[in-house]
Amino acid sequence: MTNHGDIAEYALRLGDDALVHGQRLCEWCADAPFLEEDIAIANAGLDYLGRARMLLQYAGSILGRSEDELAFLRDAPEFRNLLIVELPRGDFAFATVCQYLLDEYELLFFEALTNSKDETLAAIAAKAIKEVRYHQRRSVEWMRRLGLGTEESNRRAQAALDELWGYVAEFFDADELETRVIADGVGVDRSALEVVWRDRVGDLLDEVELSLPGDEWQVSGGRSGVHTEHLGHMLGEMQFMQRAYPGLEW
Amino acid sequence: MTEVTPLFEVFVRSRRGLDHIHVGSLHAHDAEQALEYARESYIRRGEGVSIWVVESRHIHASQESDVESFYDPMDDKPYRHATHYELPEGVDNM
Repeated sequence: MTNHGDIAEYALRLGDDALVHGQRLCEWCADAPFLEEDIAIANAGLDYLGRARMLLQYAGSILGRSEDELAFLRDAPEFRNLLIVELPRGDFAFATVCQYLLDEYELLFFEALTNSKDETLAAIAAKAIKEVRYHQRRSVEWMRRLGLGTEESNRRAQAALDELWGYVAEFFDADELETRVIADGVGVDRSALEVVWRDRVGDLLDEVELSLPGDEWQVSGGRSGVHTEHLGHMLGEMQFMQRAYPGLEW
Repeated sequence: MTEVTPLFEVFVRSRRGLDHIHVGSLHAHDAEQALEYARESYIRRGEGVSIWVVESRHIHASQESDVESFYDPMDDKPYRHATHYELPEGVDNM
């Protein structure tokens, strides 16, 4: 029987991934390269916010805190998201490559999470996987357009890839808590996803004429609350209303 | 973007068994992307179960200058409408 605290923390981590990434995607609203993409990228952002709500509600139901308290009243060191999702959105190539790397990871992760012994997590995963399949289809198409597009689009995509590559190791790291929930059949053994992920990503990069970066540097720390300097700035904007008007409701 | 990318017309079938109806247009690089954008722009509130996209340049439309020869001749042929005919007694439904 899994410790409830562990499940809450596990749901919180996944919820924070979705919340922070969703916030970053929504920053593109009204700022994407053209109208159709603007709508598409903001829609994806809303998919993530919806997923964040389900996961934070679930974590909150165990912790006795509301989803809004968890989203808007925690400071950066209390956030548990992967570092890759908190990076500034960068140019469109950066956002696309980030989304693609994340999509390939989430595809494997949520497929596996649908088998979780925790019914709520399994149900959330079943809903999420449909969205992820669509996101991945979209980001693959964009990777092709950028990689095989112009000299500039290829150069920008490669620069983004080189910059982001040091953050992907964190997709596959497990700490003690995660090892416990994996042993209980609640969590996903992410280290087992790495080989397939590298195969799929490597194949696509090959196809779109981008080079696989080396693993010279790797950073991690998001799951234990050690973040980049960017998260605090993002939270400053995201949490402004609740901080300025505590308890404000729509 | 909009200067170099083609325009597509979007048709959505709201339920199985109904026809695809024109709902609007959008710009996209290719048909695949047009389908994705159509999904984002036109069916996000459950408006449809099937989408067609057609590059606008493939649609041939009648011209305003054709009005006289195309449409006016129909105006004085009421006998082409079922409502022109009086039904005989005893025919309740037709």
